[in-house]
Amino acid sequence: MSDPVAQLVFLIVKAVAMPLIIITMVAFAIYFERKFAGFFQARVGPTYLGPWGSLQSFGDVLKLISKEDVIPLRSDKSVFKLAPYIAFVPAFLVMAVLPFGPVGGEPNLFGHRFDYVIANFDAGVVLFLAMGAIAVYGVVLAGWSSNSNYSLLGGLRAGAQMISYELAMGFSAAGVMVMAGSMSLVEIVDGQKGAFWEWYWIPQIVGAIIFFIASIAELNRTPFDMAEAEQELVAGYLTEYSGMRWGMFYLAEYVNMIVVSGIISTLYFGGWRAPFESWNVIPGPIWLFLKICVLIFIYMWIRWTIFRYRYNQLMSVGWKVLLPLSLANLAVTAVVVSVVG
Amino acid sequence: MSDVIDSGTAQARDVDATPSDAPPRPTLEQLKERKARTRQRLETGGDIMTISMGPQHPSTHGVFQMVLDLDGEVIVDLRPEIGNLHRGVEKLCEHRTYHQIIPLTDRLDYNSAFAMNHGFCEAAEKLMGVEVPARARYIRTIAHELSRLANHILWLGVHIMDLGTQTFFVICFRDREYLLDLFEMLTGARLTHSFARIGGVAKDLPDGFEQRCRKVIEFLPKRIAEYERIVKHNRIYYKRAKDVGIFTSEDCYAWRVTGPTLRAAGVARDLRKDEPYAAYDEIDFEVAVEYNADVYDRFLVRMTEMRESCKIIRQCLDGLPDGPYVARDAAHSLPMKRDVLRDSAAMIQDFYQVFRGPQAPKGEVYRAVEVPKGEMGVYIRSEGGAKPARVRFTTPSFYHGQAMPALAVGEMVSDLVAIFASVDVVLGDSDK
Repeated sequence: MSDPVAQLVFLIVKAVAMPLIIITMVAFAIYFERKFAGFFQARVGPTYLGPWGSLQSFGDVLKLISKEDVIPLRSDKSVFKLAPYIAFVPAFLVMAVLPFGPVGGEPNLFGHRFDYVIANFDAGVVLFLAMGAIAVYGVVLAGWSSNSNYSLLGGLRAGAQMISYELAMGFSAAGVMVMAGSMSLVEIVDGQKGAFWEWYWIPQIVGAIIFFIASIAELNRTPFDMAEAEQELVAGYLTEYSGMRWGMFYLAEYVNMIVVSGIISTLYFGGWRAPFESWNVIPGPIWLFLKICVLIFIYMWIRWTIFRYRYNQLMSVGWKVLLPLSLANLAVTAVVVSVVG
Repeated sequence: MSDVIDSGTAQARDVDATPSDAPPRPTLEQLKERKARTRQRLETGGDIMTISMGPQHPSTHGVFQMVLDLDGEVIVDLRPEIGNLHRGVEKLCEHRTYHQIIPLTDRLDYNSAFAMNHGFCEAAEKLMGVEVPARARYIRTIAHELSRLANHILWLGVHIMDLGTQTFFVICFRDREYLLDLFEMLTGARLTHSFARIGGVAKDLPDGFEQRCRKVIEFLPKRIAEYERIVKHNRIYYKRAKDVGIFTSEDCYAWRVTGPTLRAAGVARDLRKDEPYAAYDEIDFEVAVEYNADVYDRFLVRMTEMRESCKIIRQCLDGLPDGPYVARDAAHSLPMKRDVLRDSAAMIQDFYQVFRGPQAPKGEVYRAVEVPKGEMGVYIRSEGGAKPARVRFTTPSFYHGQAMPALAVGEMVSDLVAIFASVDVVLGDSDK
């Protein structure tokens, strides 16, 4: 088998396997979210389906698929149908640029070089930010097309919130780009050679925290779940959705969570690298997976513990605190990098 | 407080800033000025969107409906719709004897059912001139305070859940369970006790109740301290609750808002002190008062009240007198159950009370008691005989619900749920 053919085969295998792995992870992320919520609340969580209730998510999806597909009479029907896909698809696309192991180098598989990334794209970080921006359309259009006041409020909140937090997110990611001298996620990981104290999270600690906070807003989770805010807006932009259309938003939320966790691991926590160099005998994908799991757990922990901000407080946190801080962080990083070299 | 929470600096147009030099006891003018600052939000004059919040909505605590006019997220106008749960309790009372009305009062405020029983019985006793024996008064005080604890714990959980923390709701429910267990032991029911009787209570304290009750009230102040650790110093809660939903004492008088909302506005009005009933005049306790009249202070008032309730129960258990638990008043009270099977006079009294009912004199009375949510007044007009001609309950939730426009206009939708929870409305109580 010549090398281009082998690369094509690898590409197809990776492109097919990645969404399947992500979907499976989503199913278990939902299960663990419910299980952890149970533990946090002195309950047991799901227990019936499968061992320790672990098949609960699959049962839920079956139920959602078999439910009646309700489309409100006065909704903008084509947009109403389109919105879940706009929210669902961009999240997957980001996975294409996320490296989950070493890229380049010597042939390592059947005499061919297997790159642990689907697309070694030069502007991976920008693609991530762009896809996040597109996903906002899904939420806003869902709120708009439902022709319901609650949905509209939720959609508007989501739009304003995601746009304002995306800025802080972009600027804090720019700090990492300056340090790595590249926008490619592969090269950002290459820049973080060595043990865990050599990763970017120590020099970029401010950026890492801002990025994490902004990502919570981006994911619409407590304390920034303005768009859903079930005690205020019933279910926000999801109010009129039911069945699998609702399920797609729900799954998209978890896909986003996995993707954002992956991006945070890659930008600040060494991506697929082991915390100590000697531990690199364990392959990269497992380290990345573990890092994603820890971050997802922190997201869940926060969600089930703290209060929700008010809408205008959320905006003032975004614009008055996070954005100036991330800009200052970027400026300091740029100066230090240009002086030190 | 200021060492824990940085309250930020006040700016002229920044309605969300907290005054950093806020005195601990603001004057009425200062409170009005703070409220006026909230209302500045109304000056933008954008397009109005009308939205119906409820009756089916997660945070209207039942079937309360509020029709909101929104300018963006700001509430421009609010019209409460009360009565979705109307069951005609007052009319039903006209067709029942005084004994039979007691179970109806359970269903008013089902979170503090005993307080409701108690209020009605106090009024009926005033009408009939029944003297309640000391032991019954102490048992009533204990049960009343237990229901206050149960109500405030439930309130806390629901209020915090409305602000987005679902775990805390479960913590509160877990602790409320101890109180419901006590009620189950005492009355046989967890929610609708029907425990008070005209002239006393239905049963004596069961064996082992005292020890168990003492355990719970030793344990609860620790839990209350834990709630405060979780909530009171939480920065997000502080920002969400401070200076939100200001309701001055003047507003309270104008809208007949009572209970913790009034006490958070700096008025030490508590019927347990002002017009003592049951054993409250023999008990040493403080009335919880705070001065900022906002959601945060209503939370503080309830926390102090829960501590005081534990104190009251402890004193009642210490000083519990012996004697009958229901008045020996053949014309108006049911006899003690243990006498019915031994004593022919008691048996005749039992039959008479069950089949004919208490014979009330002609006249009308009004009696108010301090239930957990505020002042519940009971008005009874009697034409003589076993059934009242008219019964009127002035229940606190009704007034709290109808005061929502004055409370919430100028605030934001997110605040609305916090404010609505903070005044503590139960729809069974409000709609009757």
